[in-house]
Amino acid sequence: MQIAIISGKGGTGKTTVALSISELIKNCVRVDCDVDAANLNLFFKGKIIEKEKFYSGKTAIINKNKCIECGKCIKYCKFGAIKNYEIDNIKCEGCGVCNLVCPVGAIELKENYIADIVVEKLTNGTLIKANMKIGADGSGKLITALRNKIKSNSITIIDSSPGIGCPVVASIVNTDLCLIVVEPTLSSLADLKRILLLTKKLNLRSVVCINKYDLNEKITKEIKNICFLEKIKIIGLIPYDDLVLKSISELKPIVLYENSIAGKAIIKITNNLLKEIKHENCTRT
Amino acid sequence: MHLFNFNYIDADVEEPNGFIFLKPTIKKKIKVKVDVPVIEQKKCQLCFKCVDFCEFNVFAKTKNKVLIFEKLCHSCGGCKMVCPYGAIKYKKKEIGVIETGFYNNLICKQGILNIGEIIAIPIIKKLLNNLNDKINIIDSSPGTSCNAISTLSFADYVVLVAEPTKFGLHDLKRIVGVVKEMEKPFGVIINKDINEDIIEKYCYKNKIELLGKIKYDKKIAKLYSEGKLLGKDYQKIFKKIGNNIKEKLCK
Repeated sequence: MQIAIISGKGGTGKTTVALSISELIKNCVRVDCDVDAANLNLFFKGKIIEKEKFYSGKTAIINKNKCIECGKCIKYCKFGAIKNYEIDNIKCEGCGVCNLVCPVGAIELKENYIADIVVEKLTNGTLIKANMKIGADGSGKLITALRNKIKSNSITIIDSSPGIGCPVVASIVNTDLCLIVVEPTLSSLADLKRILLLTKKLNLRSVVCINKYDLNEKITKEIKNICFLEKIKIIGLIPYDDLVLKSISELKPIVLYENSIAGKAIIKITNNLLKEIKHENCTRT
Repeated sequence: MHLFNFNYIDADVEEPNGFIFLKPTIKKKIKVKVDVPVIEQKKCQLCFKCVDFCEFNVFAKTKNKVLIFEKLCHSCGGCKMVCPYGAIKYKKKEIGVIETGFYNNLICKQGILNIGEIIAIPIIKKLLNNLNDKINIIDSSPGTSCNAISTLSFADYVVLVAEPTKFGLHDLKRIVGVVKEMEKPFGVIINKDINEDIIEKYCYKNKIELLGKIKYDKKIAKLYSEGKLLGKDYQKIFKKIGNNIKEKLCK
């Protein structure tokens, strides 16, 4: 059973919500698919049970000894990645056209080592994450590889990356349910509309929760209207709570603060979420 | 940016939001199209050279046909070159639009990725090529994904915005790694400053320029939620930051 936590926009509280929900579910598998800004691991000190290198995409290399500077590679590269017979690693997309047109076989493609995929055993469940190499960019392929590490049938919480592009599609495709975390801001509202079109296109079931709903009740109402028209259930409203910032600086999930009103709302959301997937596995109510 | 007459370019094409605040009058919309392959079935001899060549898995073998997944295509042109039977042609496919408008007399541009498309780089490149010589403030997508890196490659100076939390520091370190590798000059702004010196300490230790701090303020959150620009109360801090950046660019 896989549940993806998504938000079009970054910074709506996706990780806070994902983290707390996973804390409340017994033996939860957490997958940090927000590989560019993976924050879940900051909260856990687990025991590494699996680690492997992950290669994705290729980059061309020109062998200067063989190169006769005929100019063909420069002419055919669609990405402007070759200048003075040097490859610009950032512009090169690894398509292999330069290798194809080189008459003397001076160009090779080398696989990029972009991350280590790590599986950690936690006291309460499992964490699957990617330790990215500095400067490497995460791709849909890496996210798919992370999700392929999900082996158990326990409830799995996927912390997706923001946006609607390749990493997001890879994070949410074939999940059982998407929880969209929205804020009552005009930006978040605009992004909600876009992400709903995407989940519809991918045939995914989604529900919404509104974070900091009391920040702007007018826009909260507008979000409710959109969800009503789109027949999307709203499974909870999280009030603005100063304790959330504290919980992030103390690296402790907000649901563990007894006085937190946001924490209480997330407990409710978790129960509603489990009802949505017809599962009675909540440890704390 | 409007304090300084800089242009505004929203390159966060997956979720462009800047126009919500600036509400420019849109004068021009251009579709962004890319080349994607089409196979002329009559000519195709099922040699599968295209399948073997393509690094992006656009082609898939089946018994009596090669299937094409257009969305994965990077438009490199290689499949046409490897096809011995001249069975591959390209057609144009729309993946998004670029809108240009004006806010007072500032140029505002944004790229928008069509929903369901996964490759956004061609939109970013088209958006950021041929900007005018004035100072252009480019709003990048978050993280260190290929979209952000492509955007950065166009920049003369990079402003990194970080929150003073452990999340913020962790993400900042990653992007600093990227801009250093790209050899771009850069500085940091602390947003939602709550008297927590985690980012400042890091910047000091690593000799990274701090351009300014924006106080944590619920009023800002409220204005932001309504799609309003921050008013006069906040001009001072942004003027300071803007001047700092200008200084860096003149160096």
